[in-house]
Amino acid sequence: MRYIKFFFAGVLFGIIMVKSEAFSWYRIQEMFHFRSFHMFGIIGVAVVLGILLVSAIKRYQIRDFEGQPIVFADKAISFWRYALGGTIFGLGWALSGACPGPMFVNLGYGVYTMGIVIVGAWLGTMLYGLVHNYLPH
Amino acid sequence: MIVIEWLSAPWPWYFSGMMISLLMWLMLYFGKTFAFSSNFRTLCAMCGLGTVSSYFQYDWKSQIWNVIFLLGAIAGGWLSSAYWMGSGIPEVSEYFISDLMAMGFSAPTSMQPSELYDLQHAFSLKGFLILLLGGIMVGFGARYAGGCTSGHAISGLSNLQWPSLLAVLGFFAGGLFMTYVVFPYLFSK
Repeated sequence: MRYIKFFFAGVLFGIIMVKSEAFSWYRIQEMFHFRSFHMFGIIGVAVVLGILLVSAIKRYQIRDFEGQPIVFADKAISFWRYALGGTIFGLGWALSGACPGPMFVNLGYGVYTMGIVIVGAWLGTMLYGLVHNYLPH
Repeated sequence: MIVIEWLSAPWPWYFSGMMISLLMWLMLYFGKTFAFSSNFRTLCAMCGLGTVSSYFQYDWKSQIWNVIFLLGAIAGGWLSSAYWMGSGIPEVSEYFISDLMAMGFSAPTSMQPSELYDLQHAFSLKGFLILLLGGIMVGFGARYAGGCTSGHAISGLSNLQWPSLLAVLGFFAGGLFMTYVVFPYLFSK
């Protein structure tokens, strides 16, 4: 039962993705064609508010619901893994029109063929697990 | 009536962005982070792939909360389609509709293009490989880069992480290359 709050957070996420239309291939492609401010606005507002939020949490040492300090892990410094991994992700994102979260939102929305993309992402993750020792990080 | 109309109308970008920030705050308040794609690693580990790669040997049970979040995302998508769908057609710009025509796609009639996602196209050999390969690149790239749009673009940039900015630039470089260089070969009139 202690997990139920994550279920409702996921429901909220699904609603946000549908109502913002960010789960649509058309919106992703429109962004890559620079034809609308919509997606840039969504990400821009989320990041600006996010920066204010994170800096406020750090400055005022705000704690979580259990009274534990909220800690932020720094990402490991590397060039190739972010540049190459990010580019490969972007190729798939533009092609399928879905990043990992919206894939599942689409499934719930009734786009059942998104299941092919989900299986692909699962296979891609497995592939990474098999070859990650041979990649530049 | 006004409430129903508001619920079924699409949200403007500024409200959508605010809601994503609210969700990120909620996850931090719950003692977790807003990062979706690690679920695929968890799903691999749950399937016993720890036997084929050490990458899947970790305490995946500590990540169950995120799989519950994933299930919620499916339910949220279903709930939205059942009750607050509105027209069900994204309100993209007129300019983009002419881009679509030039790419050999028709104007939107639903949230996903029938040219990719209807049964006929998705289960043709070409269409199936496009969707599968798209997924493989998203899954592979997200793990290689250590995050996706939620983990890097939202959570990482909010924490002013340079690696996340680099990853987001990569997302766009890959996306633009796919859109402008690869698409003309894949889709043509």
